[in-house]
Amino acid sequence: MLFKKDLGLLVLILVVGTVVAIINPRFVLPANISNTANQIGLFGIIAVAQAFVVLTGGIDLSVGAVVALLGVLFIDLIVNLQVHWVAAAMIVVAAGMLMGWIHGALVTKVGLQPFVVTLCALLIYRGAARYYTKDATVGFGFGESFPTLEWLTAGRSEIFAPIARLFGHDGPTIAVPHTMIALIAITLVAGVVLHRSVLGRYLFAIGKNEEAARYSGIATARITIAAYVICCGLAGVAAIFMAMYTRSIAPAVHGNFYELYAIAAAVLGGFSLRGGEGSIIGVVLGTILLQILQNLVNLLGIPSSLNFAVMGSVILIGVLADQQFSRYRERSLARAVRQSRGPS
Amino acid sequence: MNVPLLELIDIRKTYPGVVALDSVSLSVARGEVVGLVGENGAGKSTLMKVLGGVLAPDSGTIRTEGTERGALTVKDALAAGIAFVHQELNLFDNLDVAANVFIGREMLTGGMLKLVDSKALRKRVQPFLDRLGCDFGPDAMVEHLSLAQRQLVEIAKALSLNARLVIMDEPTSSLTITETERLLRVIAGLKSDGVSVIFISHRLHEVERCADRVVVLRDGKVVGALERAHVAHATMIRMMIGRDLKDIYIPPAGLHDGAALEVAGLRTSCYPEHAVDLIVRRGEILGLAGLVGSGRTEVARALFGIDRPLAGSVRIDGAAVAVDSPRSAIEQGLYLVPEDRKRSGLLLDVSIAENISLPNLRAFARRSIVTVDAELENAERQKQNLSIRTPKVTTAVGLLSGGNQQKVVLAKWLSMSPRVIIFDEPTRGIDVGSKNDIYTLLRSLADSGVAILMISSDMEEVIGVCDRIAVMHEGRISGVLERPHFSEHNVLRLAVGASPASSEQTDPVPEAVRAV
Repeated sequence: MLFKKDLGLLVLILVVGTVVAIINPRFVLPANISNTANQIGLFGIIAVAQAFVVLTGGIDLSVGAVVALLGVLFIDLIVNLQVHWVAAAMIVVAAGMLMGWIHGALVTKVGLQPFVVTLCALLIYRGAARYYTKDATVGFGFGESFPTLEWLTAGRSEIFAPIARLFGHDGPTIAVPHTMIALIAITLVAGVVLHRSVLGRYLFAIGKNEEAARYSGIATARITIAAYVICCGLAGVAAIFMAMYTRSIAPAVHGNFYELYAIAAAVLGGFSLRGGEGSIIGVVLGTILLQILQNLVNLLGIPSSLNFAVMGSVILIGVLADQQFSRYRERSLARAVRQSRGPS
Repeated sequence: MNVPLLELIDIRKTYPGVVALDSVSLSVARGEVVGLVGENGAGKSTLMKVLGGVLAPDSGTIRTEGTERGALTVKDALAAGIAFVHQELNLFDNLDVAANVFIGREMLTGGMLKLVDSKALRKRVQPFLDRLGCDFGPDAMVEHLSLAQRQLVEIAKALSLNARLVIMDEPTSSLTITETERLLRVIAGLKSDGVSVIFISHRLHEVERCADRVVVLRDGKVVGALERAHVAHATMIRMMIGRDLKDIYIPPAGLHDGAALEVAGLRTSCYPEHAVDLIVRRGEILGLAGLVGSGRTEVARALFGIDRPLAGSVRIDGAAVAVDSPRSAIEQGLYLVPEDRKRSGLLLDVSIAENISLPNLRAFARRSIVTVDAELENAERQKQNLSIRTPKVTTAVGLLSGGNQQKVVLAKWLSMSPRVIIFDEPTRGIDVGSKNDIYTLLRSLADSGVAILMISSDMEEVIGVCDRIAVMHEGRISGVLERPHFSEHNVLRLAVGASPASSEQTDPVPEAVRAV
């Protein structure tokens, strides 16, 4: 599942990480690594979600607003309505899937552009979240606690040290955030789905050439809808983790720009917005790079107001480098074709 | 007046493996209407590209009003006053007539602001419209105009460019009779103003009526030029065909009986007024001939569930089937090898193996996870069976030659269980060797009991490969020929609609055909 493109990105991450670590050794402190890993986990789930839609040549701009609306809904369900958190989680994910189904149906059956559909959805969900809470911040009251849920979603576990002890060593004491573990699990499943399963093949086929896919008997509308359902369903999962991490939600700003981080991670990870290209490892590596950049801004004393500017510049450079690379590849491919056809 | 407006001398143009134009000479005098006829692929469009400066000929001379050149550029063609009215019109629907006529050459006003002076544009355009007898004004939006009116806009544009030679490519193919009459009058008007016209058409009646001289192309050669007095339908047809056919026919191995595919009353939105009835027997190759635009591809698309037909019923092996998507067609065992394999047949940057397994991916998967080994094994088998020339089945399809790409499209369907396969131009752009491979394959498929409907514009192929030929003309079946009556002459007669309208499944009066 590791592609050449991913390897380049991995090298870039290691280079950036090493440079930051040399300038500011706090970068490799266990606490910092653990916190960054938590951020990667949270944003990685959304990025993987987005990847499914981007693969079909679509885009889902609403995931940030979905995170806000479903986050508000989740907290309201467990705090105010006293719904068991397992049931609440299932309701939230189901609601996400329903939203995705609506997006997908509007795109495939009605023929609207994904950008337009999900832009409207973004505005609607954001407005709905604010109205639902009367624009107030919602959160957990005093003494309200859900120990299992909190441990599962926002907890951290020492994993490396106990394993190392089994072999009689002192391992690094890094508390692995459970968001990271969730991301790893989701990445594994999504990786198998995208790169090994029938559905994944269909998604790639639709992204590469929808007409040829249809002529091959693929139910292109149904498969495309599935991509949107998976995307918003995973956004529902991310909404729960995000709500439990922040513990209070201001519906006007919660999740703002998350869809753009996700798209940026996908693009960095080698996805083409035209569809049909990309790997799940790539999108996770893209998220890692973005989060390291955020961390770098803090650690290197760059004014945090420049946060977005740094991120934008790096993405631009990354995409430019990638384009040069693929041009080079195309040229050598063309040469190979000429040689293989030979002088006939 | 003695110097011709345009002279082409010994123009030759080759593509790899094909001679598109073979020492073609053509001259057009001032105010002359030259008809240009020939079968599909005779070299007409290549010749027009040379005239428009889009293609440079390999050798030959082009003389415009005495100036000699080896090749024209687009600029030269414009300067020489050569203008095109294309089959697909190049107009901007969202602009008005005046803006379209002067697109790129707008008169400006407002100094630095460079605003378009719409008023001046309209004033300049009006005389051209008057000259053509248009029933619409310069401020009419193009999207509201009929096809015939749009054509007049194109001609007005040509006139505004001081065109001295207007080349019309199939101008009447979508016009009604009255619109055609008006166009013929416009051509007469142009002629009397000293503008020359090259009139390319499959509709020989119209060529007969308006041309001063007719040039017939066949296989890239000028096979004859008929002066006004000798222009006649029959003579043109005789000149358009008449090459020796290599015998490539492979007779069926055994007899199958029963109809595999029955189509009744099929109407497509392309020709809603005509219905198509067809029967393809099991084990038979039925050719579907006709000129480009006669509605053959639309029939194929409707049968394969891409476009929803307006009416009609389809039976496969006697059972009525409702096909509303390619998916349901495939479930019924009805497959299509599409005309444009790069656009609709293949994922070009995906491997051969993955392309082959795509329509039947579930068969290569266990619990929804694709078994790559099974996929590769099948691809290897198909590679052997169809002799696909490639080192590895993991090679991207886009790297293969046209013939081998087509074999990959076939391999997709042969890995499944076909009952009916529709081939739309199966050998277009394919080298001779692969062509023969595909013909042999068609026959062995038919012999295994598959019903084959082959759409082809290649006369040699239709006559050489098929067991029966149905010919389409303007959206209906104008006749079905049995093998003893196969001849280019008969097919072409039916294709140009020369015989009386008949949608019956009978051979339409071969006596009448032979009498020509």
